[in-house]
Amino acid sequence: MAQNKWEVVVVGGGPAGLSAAIEAAKSGCRTLVVDANETAGGQLFKQIHKFFGSSAHRAGVRGIDIGGELLAECEKQGVEVWLNSVAIGLFKEKTVAVERGFDNGAKSVVVLEADRIVLASGASENAVRFRGWTLPGVMGAGAAQTMINVNRVLPGKNVLMIGSGNVGLIVSYQLMQAGADVKALVEAAPKIGGYAVHASKIARAGVPIHTGHTVLEARGDRRVEEADICAVDEKWQPLLETKKTLAVDTVTIAAGLKPLVELAMMHDCQMMFHPVLGGWAPLHDAKMETTSPGIYVAGDISGVEEANTALEEGKLAGISAAESLGKIGEADADRIRSEIWGRLDGLRLGPHGVMRMQAKSEQIDHYKSAQSA
Amino acid sequence: MSVENEGYLTIEELKAAGQYPSGARFQEGPVAVIECVQEIPCNPCETACRFGAIRVGEPITNLPKADEGKCTGCGLCVARCPGLAIFIVDKTYGEGLGAVSFPYEYFPLPSEGDEVTAVDRAGRGVCAGTVVKILAPESFDRTPVVTVAVPVGKAEDVRGIERAGQAGGQS
Repeated sequence: MAQNKWEVVVVGGGPAGLSAAIEAAKSGCRTLVVDANETAGGQLFKQIHKFFGSSAHRAGVRGIDIGGELLAECEKQGVEVWLNSVAIGLFKEKTVAVERGFDNGAKSVVVLEADRIVLASGASENAVRFRGWTLPGVMGAGAAQTMINVNRVLPGKNVLMIGSGNVGLIVSYQLMQAGADVKALVEAAPKIGGYAVHASKIARAGVPIHTGHTVLEARGDRRVEEADICAVDEKWQPLLETKKTLAVDTVTIAAGLKPLVELAMMHDCQMMFHPVLGGWAPLHDAKMETTSPGIYVAGDISGVEEANTALEEGKLAGISAAESLGKIGEADADRIRSEIWGRLDGLRLGPHGVMRMQAKSEQIDHYKSAQSA
Repeated sequence: MSVENEGYLTIEELKAAGQYPSGARFQEGPVAVIECVQEIPCNPCETACRFGAIRVGEPITNLPKADEGKCTGCGLCVARCPGLAIFIVDKTYGEGLGAVSFPYEYFPLPSEGDEVTAVDRAGRGVCAGTVVKILAPESFDRTPVVTVAVPVGKAEDVRGIERAGQAGGQS
């Protein structure tokens, strides 16, 4: 059945998957995006802030608007998008099992044959375990961000944020924009993890940022009513004598993300562990192809970074997939890839970027040694 | 740096980063203060300025350098900065008064004429202020820029206002 045969199947319709699909379709590939959610766009539709980056490439544009542009471009290029559809298996001979969702709520499992597959499944939030962490009101910062910016529901009025990476800082800001108060942000490390400008935004909004602090316990009858925080020593052990109780109804956890790699593992893509990239991620080359020929990765699955790099990696994967199907010549593909790599290198500079740049090049080096072994 | 621990900059840190206008320039009228001291990949401020007063260049992780002679204090860069890190400080606003313009993305927006509590970089209330201008044209893309008049001696410290319903500043 023609509907089950595609030149390119992209798993995940976030910034990486959509930009891969757009590039593949532009080059003439019959392209399908499979996305588990009600709308494609991944996390873009909850990113209501203006993005950093180069003004030559949409910097200063809000993520939510970039999401809209990508969806419009997908439509223009004839990319087919299946929503509410979950890729549940990836098998040898490049077949993808999908539990396809339909508009009327029906579901049915279909097995797709794909000439090329781009895995752009993204990442999942890490948990932090503490006494009371299962109480209602304790949630991932990403979940809180979905509630306020997509579902327009305030998770609580008084929030304790755990973690000072960019997610913790940005979601704190957006919780205040949505009408909540952020009573404190705690960070176990001695320094703030995310960008100073994000930290400054919430600091001048009155959020106390406590570095060298952790959460001890959340308490409440049926849901969070208060939480204890305290300082930690240089071995990250809590200093109980510094314990302070905060009246909060919500504890949001922004403790980093890890790549969602299950499909790549099912296909025996070789993996590498790198703490800077969030843990295990598939090895890939400069074209984003994994050690399984014809299977590409892009975005957070290939190592947790951010939306700008995901967009660029998606383009790399889409163009390379199209090239390998003979839809675009090698010289053109090389030229486009070198432009993309120039931008990626620019996004991976500065004190926050160089560690990622190094980790990504280690991935590519390991890919090369895995291929020659 | 306090910005790495508490999240906010001090004027000393800004001066050390070479990011602070001279005293003489402050006396000439409104000027942009760019409070961006970390090398991150970002350059929209450079193209926002019509007078070529902000330079980032290559690589885009360079810190923005403002040319205080070219800066007119027009404020076009304020809403363009994704980090909300640019402010316009006018120490010549009126008799004993200064004015500070800052991006303000909270609801409800204040109204011109509102009496407000002005806060510093740490969110601490430092003085009373009057909202004298609110700009939110479409080109600012939903980042209104609020100008508050404060005692001129506080103009270098004030970087925002208490939000409506906000329970006190940082202690």
